[in-house]
Amino acid sequence: MNQISLLAPGHSGCAGCCDAMAAKFTLMGAGDNCIVVSPTGCLEVMTTPYPETSWDVPWIHSLFENAGAVASGIEAGLKALGKKEKTKVIAMGGDGATLDIGLQAISGAFERGHDFTYVCIDNEAYMNTGVQRSGATPYNASTTTSPAGKVSFGNPRPKKNMPAIIAAHGSPYVATTSLAYPKDMIAKVKKATEIEGPTYIHCHAPCTTGWGFDTSKTVEVAKMAVKTGLWPLYEMENGVVTKVRKLGKVKAPVEDYLKMQRRFKHLFTMEGGEEEIAKIQDIANMNIEEYGL
Amino acid sequence: MPRETTMDKSKMVVVEGSYAVAHSVKVCRPNVISAYPITPQTHIVEDLSQFMADGEIPKCEYINVESEFSALSALVGSSAVGARSYSATTSQGLELMHEVLFNVSGMRLPIVMTVANRAVSAPISIWNDQQDSIAQRDTGWIQLYAENIQEASDMTAQLFKISEDKDIMMPSMACMDGFILSHVYEPVVLLEQDITDEFLPSFDPERTLDPSNPLTFGAFADPNYYTEFRYLQEQAMQTALKKIETVADEFSDMYGRYFGGLIDEYQTEDADIIIMAMGSIVGTIKDVIDRLRENNVKVGLLKVRAFRPFPAEAIKNVIKDAKVVVVLDKNISLGINAGALFIETKSVLYNTDIDVPVTGYMIGHGGRDIPTSTIDKIIDDAKEIMKSGIKTESQFTDLKEELV
Repeated sequence: MNQISLLAPGHSGCAGCCDAMAAKFTLMGAGDNCIVVSPTGCLEVMTTPYPETSWDVPWIHSLFENAGAVASGIEAGLKALGKKEKTKVIAMGGDGATLDIGLQAISGAFERGHDFTYVCIDNEAYMNTGVQRSGATPYNASTTTSPAGKVSFGNPRPKKNMPAIIAAHGSPYVATTSLAYPKDMIAKVKKATEIEGPTYIHCHAPCTTGWGFDTSKTVEVAKMAVKTGLWPLYEMENGVVTKVRKLGKVKAPVEDYLKMQRRFKHLFTMEGGEEEIAKIQDIANMNIEEYGL
Repeated sequence: MPRETTMDKSKMVVVEGSYAVAHSVKVCRPNVISAYPITPQTHIVEDLSQFMADGEIPKCEYINVESEFSALSALVGSSAVGARSYSATTSQGLELMHEVLFNVSGMRLPIVMTVANRAVSAPISIWNDQQDSIAQRDTGWIQLYAENIQEASDMTAQLFKISEDKDIMMPSMACMDGFILSHVYEPVVLLEQDITDEFLPSFDPERTLDPSNPLTFGAFADPNYYTEFRYLQEQAMQTALKKIETVADEFSDMYGRYFGGLIDEYQTEDADIIIMAMGSIVGTIKDVIDRLRENNVKVGLLKVRAFRPFPAEAIKNVIKDAKVVVVLDKNISLGINAGALFIETKSVLYNTDIDVPVTGYMIGHGGRDIPTSTIDKIIDDAKEIMKSGIKTESQFTDLKEELV
């Protein structure tokens, strides 16, 4: 089985697209015996322009907000027809579809305990419609609906803690990962899809277009989020953190991460920007302490 | 020719409408049922849960979802993997499903859903009218309206057969008036398992989500392709026109019961006045007609069973020789002061040589009772129209002027 071919080349994603990488790694972890549901988003648009498709596994798009429910139905249908044993069910959607509009359907699916894996490809805004803020947009990021301006540093709220929300549903397995660490992601997806019950992978996925960095730097930017402590990589089993990827003694300052991206550019030019950067450093420091990075 | 239905009285049992429908769903051998409670639909999914709890529906998964939105969304997934899929809803629940309704028909998933018709808010009302399903008329779902409990029950099996036809593959709603049919006990013949097994083959779709043959469902279509998808949906609806009639005939041959195909007729052959209506109100109208016929008033009933697809030709054939047509609507399309059946009926007569006056009444909103005296009054109006022509095209009936 050539796992790489499960997401065929030739999609219409941007150069350096995070979704393409995250989807490819997800399928490498899950294998070919799966059914994928994707809510509305870049991934759906760039891979399925009728009559073409990039998917070498069965794939369905329904609506923006119902991937959790559609996955529930796929699982229930397979069970009823006696086909569930051998087939994995995966939902794969962006942060808007996951943390915002689709949260209810995901919550329902996890509470009911359907056997499927949800993969959130988190590029921290509504990229498909022009970089508007979502519940996953980090503190002080400038987006088209939370722009930096004369009296604003951008998004005024920190990211919603989606892995914790899912863990609170009693999920047997929740993990964070990053597309910069393919082996980490593939292994976690594999583990998630092999565990019975609703499991969750939250993948940090820098978007070259929305964040404003060179198309060759996706992996570099993603790595820096991890190295600063802003995106800790960990696993939770039955609500308890069981494994953390340590950073070692030399941790990068958040400044190194922020200055790589246009969405934080204002922090380096506006008056009071230094204090704001310090607040972001505090967020990283809290993660470092909480997860023992 | 209108056909009489024969009921085997020895097989009759007195059950609640919701139970009869739930029993029909059971013998149709569904694979996935999704359920979210909303009055007056609840008894149907409660009865189905009990059947599940008693092990009476084998090879079926029952999903207690967290909203009507997810109730239908879950069936998108189950139907796409090839599972026969069913849910029931009403009113606000159906409106919450609105976006998914388009999605289901666009993906050609033959889901069947019972709608226990109820008014929509605001003001909130749990009682019956047909505004909820009429508001979904453009979503690409086949809609049949039941006259009584027996028909609501029988319709379920008919709709699975129609929806799952390979040339159609469109979802459908079995519409029954909330409370009036869902919560009333009537003598009915419950669908027999052995006959239903013969009538309704197992669901065997040509295309499913299957790892051994990966297909992409729900791709996005640019302007080069989108129109053709819509065209094909409409073609399927037109194909369903014939199929609804064929299936009603097949059902009649096997079970001995017939409630009409696209439409049904009562005393229409020589009728000067023809009343058109959908749902449980047709029973009341039949009683009034029986009484008036004794006094030689030439009045007949055109029961509209299929609202989508709309049976334009069948309706034209029945009303072409009438002197007045009266259309009753338990809904209103706000902004044109008329109900949907009235608007559609007038629309199909344009560009024809049928020149019959059509008048409309909006009736029974939010569960307001429709006594026979109201039907009498409407027929009196119709007699007046025969003499002096139409003065008011469409109007509310039994409006309490003192409250407005």
